[in-house]
Amino acid sequence: MTRHFDEELAHFKETLLTMGSYAESSVGQAIQALTDRNDKLAEQVQHNDDIMDRYEMEIDDMAINLLAKAPLATDLRLITVAMKISQNLERIGDEATTIARRALELNGEPQLKSYIDIPRMAAIALGMLKESLDAFVNKEPEKARTVIPRDKEVDALNRQLYRELSSFMVENPATITRCLNLMTVSKSLERVADHATNIAEEVVYLCEARDIRHEANLPLP
Amino acid sequence: MNCMTKDTQLPALKTVPSAPAPVPPAAPAAAAVAAAATFDVRQLNVWFGSHHVLRSVSLEILPKAVTAIIGPSGCGKSTFLRSLNRMHDLVPIARVEGRITLFGEDLYGRGVDATLVRRRVGMVFQKSNPFPTMSIAENVTVGLRLNGLRQKALLLERMERSLRMAALWDEVKDRLNANALSLSGGQQQRLCIARALAIEPEVLLMDEPASALDPLATAKIEELILQLKLDYTIVIVTHNMQQAARISGHTAFFYLGELIEFDQTNRIFTNPKQKQTEDYVTGRFG
Repeated sequence: MTRHFDEELAHFKETLLTMGSYAESSVGQAIQALTDRNDKLAEQVQHNDDIMDRYEMEIDDMAINLLAKAPLATDLRLITVAMKISQNLERIGDEATTIARRALELNGEPQLKSYIDIPRMAAIALGMLKESLDAFVNKEPEKARTVIPRDKEVDALNRQLYRELSSFMVENPATITRCLNLMTVSKSLERVADHATNIAEEVVYLCEARDIRHEANLPLP
Repeated sequence: MNCMTKDTQLPALKTVPSAPAPVPPAAPAAAAVAAAATFDVRQLNVWFGSHHVLRSVSLEILPKAVTAIIGPSGCGKSTFLRSLNRMHDLVPIARVEGRITLFGEDLYGRGVDATLVRRRVGMVFQKSNPFPTMSIAENVTVGLRLNGLRQKALLLERMERSLRMAALWDEVKDRLNANALSLSGGQQQRLCIARALAIEPEVLLMDEPASALDPLATAKIEELILQLKLDYTIVIVTHNMQQAARISGHTAFFYLGELIEFDQTNRIFTNPKQKQTEDYVTGRFG
């Protein structure tokens, strides 16, 4: 028997995935705005952020109405998980906006160095985001689990870039503004990877009803 | 599911000519809404003897939509529902005042035949009530036969279509001549829905149609209601608020014979305006 409720859930998931595709393309465009020194693209990212904010509100509204119908088990987890995913996506949108804003500043000055680590970080973080959303769509907890350790690669690249940029600043104070902007970009990508990790953890909860967010199993004080 | 196509002309409510009922003055906007509504209920009061059961209830029920009626026991939900097809005419001590129109026609107007009203406004009850001495097939066609339809081919066609609309055909097509009581509770209830559909009403009233059923049979009835609303106006009384949330577009909350709140269902269950509604839907009283 096909349930009418399943159609509503399918529409709800579709809306979330549309938001997810905005998040992916926003981060991609923000990095491209930096590497291609393309101000127009940076402005486009800022516009997308408004759209994502509206999606977040729409998803919350849909979720509240679905919860009023008293879904249980997988359906219940799906709706609560989707609300958390949309929050993470909205924050990814915010990080993309931050990157775009810094790109606009960096594009106004001569390029400090060739961008190697930043596109690499972006590729890993975006890959994590894509895989975690795929895992959500296809209900694949194993795939979600493979996303989580990759967060450490992005953290390591972020730290490495920090050290490099710190030495630039020590050697030549004229680079400080550009270095700080690049550090912000790097930190934003590190946060995108964190949000992708959060989504992956939610997918595991959705599929297995197991909370894997925190290793230690300490009792509450 | 195929949409039901009406192949018989529906009778007008009136069987004898009478003067048109005076129309109370209404604001133009309200008049426009009334024209679009299936039922327009104005200042409905119902008494059983000296007991004032419904107090000045006014609301509009939209076509091809599900309207849920909720409220604690004894609040007047069923009384309201039964007013919509003149079931109170059968109760000697009942008195109905106010005005109810069905697509603009006054249900309680002079010369209106209550039997014709009930033909256009079908009803399904809490407890399934198939005729115990009749087969499945006979149960579905009984209303048509009582209305004088004799052509066997047409009866068979209507029976199959009604059973299909009630999502029961596949389960009973090989035993149409079996006694109706051989069906399960959920199947019997769908049989009663098929019986109501067979005479091609415009409206279906349902008084807690799933409250005696298990969750699976309930889910089937709910799916059926969501399908039927594509063709019918449905008014359902339910004690199950989640059911109201799942199937209805509008919800009316009754308490102590008064209509406390009437709004879109999602608002009633997520942000009701009246405190009494909030207290009821959150389980704080009732």
